[in-house]
Amino acid sequence: MSVPGPVLPSEVDLTTSLAGVSLPNPVLTASGCAAAGRELDQFFDVADLGAVVTKSIMLDPRSGRPTPRMAETPSGMLNSIGLQGPGIDGFLASDLPWLLRRRARPVVSIAGSTLGEYAELARRLGNTPGVTAVEVNISCPNLENRGLVFACDRHQAARVISAVRRDTPRGVPVLAKLSPDVTNIVDIAESVVDAGADGLVMINTLLGISIDPETMRPVLGGVTGGLSGPAIRPVAVRCVWQVHQAMPDVPIVGVGGIRTGADALEFMLAGASAVQVGTVIFNDPSAPTRVLEELRVELAARSFKAAREAVGFAHRGDVPR
Amino acid sequence: MTSGPVQVTGRVLSLKRAGAYHHLTLVAEGVAERTHPGQFVALAVGDRNSPMLLRRAFSIYRARPSGAYGGSVEVVFAVHGAGTAWLSQLRQHDEVDVVGPLGHPFALPKQPVSCVLVGGGYGSAPLFGLADRLKERGCAVHMVLGAATGDRLFGALEAKRSARSVTVTTDDGSVGIEGLVTDPLPDLLGRTGSEVIYACGPMAMLRAVSAVSAEYGVWSQCAVEESMACGIGVCMTCVLPVVGDDGILRLTRSCVEGPVFGGDRVLWDAVGTVPEGTWGAPAGAGH
Repeated sequence: MSVPGPVLPSEVDLTTSLAGVSLPNPVLTASGCAAAGRELDQFFDVADLGAVVTKSIMLDPRSGRPTPRMAETPSGMLNSIGLQGPGIDGFLASDLPWLLRRRARPVVSIAGSTLGEYAELARRLGNTPGVTAVEVNISCPNLENRGLVFACDRHQAARVISAVRRDTPRGVPVLAKLSPDVTNIVDIAESVVDAGADGLVMINTLLGISIDPETMRPVLGGVTGGLSGPAIRPVAVRCVWQVHQAMPDVPIVGVGGIRTGADALEFMLAGASAVQVGTVIFNDPSAPTRVLEELRVELAARSFKAAREAVGFAHRGDVPR
Repeated sequence: MTSGPVQVTGRVLSLKRAGAYHHLTLVAEGVAERTHPGQFVALAVGDRNSPMLLRRAFSIYRARPSGAYGGSVEVVFAVHGAGTAWLSQLRQHDEVDVVGPLGHPFALPKQPVSCVLVGGGYGSAPLFGLADRLKERGCAVHMVLGAATGDRLFGALEAKRSARSVTVTTDDGSVGIEGLVTDPLPDLLGRTGSEVIYACGPMAMLRAVSAVSAEYGVWSQCAVEESMACGIGVCMTCVLPVVGDDGILRLTRSCVEGPVFGGDRVLWDAVGTVPEGTWGAPAGAGH
């Protein structure tokens, strides 16, 4: 418990532990909103962040979906990119070495269409030094199970995590990124933790559709898209809250609509030990480091001497400060 | 010349009507001196809590590295939705978050050849800075400006000062020649012996310009106006099917690899699809 009294922002200890890996601060980029860091490095030093979470890497190169790929929505957006990317070979040849040269901490997000693809990706990454953690994007259609999304089925989700954990070196945490589009997120969370997930990332986008009243047709080329941005923040905070309450010892990375340091603090109070800044980067490419500096000020203003003291604080309503 | 974009808080120096359009001048430190013709700026719309998260991208019309109030950039836009409506209501001294300059500029010819510059609607905006650069290199500049109606032409008077010849077309014939902006191109290319066409405007116009340049064996440089979320290369929303230098067809970001593409490199008819043979396209009967 922090002792009440003035704390200067510069005195706040921002270090955090992410499933056993220590990070200099709890602010990360969100997968799919920072590519592999290179473009954002024009606006701030990517090594200043706790970690850079890459866009989800698949086994093979991927063209992604036809345009239009995005629709602006109130305080958010829908995207339907379809995981366009270079595939694991291109990533390992170009993007990962660049991140390591820049002394950034890479959290590599992986995505697959089959269990075997996830396992193969884990093996490829497991043989590569320098990966801070693996984030598993399980919000993908399972081609071996009628295209149902892995993240929406506790058994399929667990099978993926178990396969990735088996082929990932011990010192590299495996983080499961969960979808909010489920009946009971605690149920899925427990299932992937039992399967070996070292931490949870919550939340991925919510499925949405936008229809153009002029054309009277769906806006997105892919019809459905993932909803992100500040509009989904309360849903994300709720998921973090529920899972932290059920499993207080499981590390959680909070993500969903973080725009300011106060938003980041909200996730930490709900139980997140780290946070990711995503869609807001499109609005403000400097957002990740801005949020970090604002978080420092918010913590100091509440006399937190260390960021980790704030984790889960909102659950302790009965404890006087 | 400094390279790479900057993010700065710009201030409105002026906002004027220009026919159906708005002409916005922003004092934005560090942007103008980095700008080459064909590049664009991405503007945030609304305040820091704006519900409109996506940046609006605009071709840079003019970039002045120094002035009485500091470096400035100018853009021209039409009101299409809530974001551009917000921009159209700005007042002098209001703040606008500016990221720029972004994208690949127009490639310039090494020889002092004759060039035809084609602008559709406010797509003519980036052509005036380009005309200046071309004239510095000894190129003869001919402009063709087209629009649906007379009030949707931009810069017709300025073009007269800027170019050796100016041709104006409107769909309704209210100003200049009745017809499409591509109609006078074959004759103009023949008369002027031009070797390059530069174009900026709607996708359909760029497709038509590319077809003319292919038919007459001239080089074309087309600046696309694709909608974007970020403008800096991270969101992957602004992609087009483009054949790279390596001959591989990819869905290519128009913000980073564009907005200027060789007209012969873009599969104009396939925009909005994933054409067969695209790098990483689903094999067989995928979706």
